[in-house]
Amino acid sequence: MSTIQMISEEEVIRSPSHRKAISNMKWRYLKQNLFLGVVRLSALIIAVSLGGFLFYIFVNGIGAISWDFLTLPPRDSMTKGGIMPAILGTFYLTTGAIIIALPLGVLSAVYLSEYAKQGPVVRIIRIGVNCLAGVPSIVFGLFGLGLFVVFLQFGSCILSGALTLGFLILPTIIGASEEALKAVPQTFREASLALGVSRWQTIFRIVLPNALPGILTGSILGVGRAAGETAPIMFTAAAFFTAKLPASIFDEVMALPYHIYVLATAGTHIEQTRPIQYGTALVLIALVLGIDLIAIIIRSYMRKKKGW
Amino acid sequence: MQDDSIIKVKNVNFHYGDFKALTDINMDFEKSRVTALIGPSGCGKSTLLRLLNRMNDLIDGTRVEGEVLFEDKNIYDSNVDPVEIRRRIGMVFQKPNPFPKSIFNNIIYGPRLLGVTGKGDLRDLAEQSLRQAVLWDEVKDILGQSAMMLSGGQQQRLCIARALAMKPDVLLMDEPTSALDPISTAKIEELIEGLKKHYTIIIVTHNMQQAARISDYTGFFYLGKLIEYNLTEKLFTTPDVKQTEDYITGRFG
Repeated sequence: MSTIQMISEEEVIRSPSHRKAISNMKWRYLKQNLFLGVVRLSALIIAVSLGGFLFYIFVNGIGAISWDFLTLPPRDSMTKGGIMPAILGTFYLTTGAIIIALPLGVLSAVYLSEYAKQGPVVRIIRIGVNCLAGVPSIVFGLFGLGLFVVFLQFGSCILSGALTLGFLILPTIIGASEEALKAVPQTFREASLALGVSRWQTIFRIVLPNALPGILTGSILGVGRAAGETAPIMFTAAAFFTAKLPASIFDEVMALPYHIYVLATAGTHIEQTRPIQYGTALVLIALVLGIDLIAIIIRSYMRKKKGW
Repeated sequence: MQDDSIIKVKNVNFHYGDFKALTDINMDFEKSRVTALIGPSGCGKSTLLRLLNRMNDLIDGTRVEGEVLFEDKNIYDSNVDPVEIRRRIGMVFQKPNPFPKSIFNNIIYGPRLLGVTGKGDLRDLAEQSLRQAVLWDEVKDILGQSAMMLSGGQQQRLCIARALAMKPDVLLMDEPTSALDPISTAKIEELIEGLKKHYTIIIVTHNMQQAARISDYTGFFYLGKLIEYNLTEKLFTTPDVKQTEDYITGRFG
């Protein structure tokens, strides 16, 4: 105790610097409240604009929604009837995209974060993936047109569209998968390798199963994005109007986002189709939010289940 | 102890990047004995342990010089498969690290990938390994439950059983009790005593009493060098080197 000078509380408070600090407190609280206000306002603007947007689409679109709207094809130059072919087309395209992109994306992520020696090559690949994520979707559309439709002669069809959308969501899936792989504790890998289990067995038996919930969640969110994209499919898969449903992956399809685009800009009856446009937009938003909801449910379910 | 050595470390230097973690280590490990590695934090004892089953391979930027002979073959030769080495030289880690699987599946994970099939064989193997790790009586009715439900001490014994199920010749233990309470520690020390008839055990420990209690030989490390390697009894009573005496009497470290 001898070396530590005991100072009474009074002495501290009476010191000039402390008195000054106390008089500053009011100003500090003011600053704090000001800052909190700005933060709250930002959050409010986001919430209100999102809510307002959803509300607007809902109010305008709900009138068009009926069982027939969801299950019948359009008729009378698309001014009447339903949007069933477009719903189905979007379903095919997004399913196709995930079938193509999920294995490719997960395996790339495994290579990048588990196998590859961290160095310049991996860094360049990562930069490439990040750049891919930033490429405008219309560029993907033109790429798909050039490669799949023209060069590989698939024509404008489900396959070309699914491949194009697959490439679009690839960066999302790689990113989500890498994050999920990194979240698996290193101790699991060590435990497995120390048993004399090979590296790839460790990855496929221990690392991937434990990373799966994260991979799925990220991928499903990616699919939500793909479902709403217009530009990548307008040259590669989407038809202005087809009465018949696709018979194979080499057929053109209608798709929800493209349908909205067509009705709102390119039709001859733009005013008459307004309710259908809003109705289609509502269906598309419900679809995307529904997909996101599934991802959230999977994530919370898996989180409860895992033991680490 | 020349002819009974199962592992011989010869002139080993080890680098993490620019940092030299081990300098000129020469050390033979005798078969069916318990050898303890002691020394202050950062002295290189865990690094040496992880060199013996090539776990350091997993860290980028490390470099090994010298030879580690396992049954007179250098495990760092280019034609040696580290996977095979790790199967024969098992390892238990500082923190219990069971897989998020059932108790049963934790044990048979390795053997099944090795090609052991047949429900009966796997069950027998699981029982045998759990008995060796003195865990069988506590878990025989809950083999299907998640290993994550077990206490820390039970988890660590499960990890020992999991390593034993691969039928290794050597068991490396990296401070296996430092995360455990005294009762769990006592249980694990007891089981090590039972295991040394059939296995060569090399254990890193911070706890000098533990080294004195369970080991036959002890190596004292300081700043990446093997200062003294001796019979445990000798090292803890009349060490040959002054530095060892200073350390075991608590004058530094």
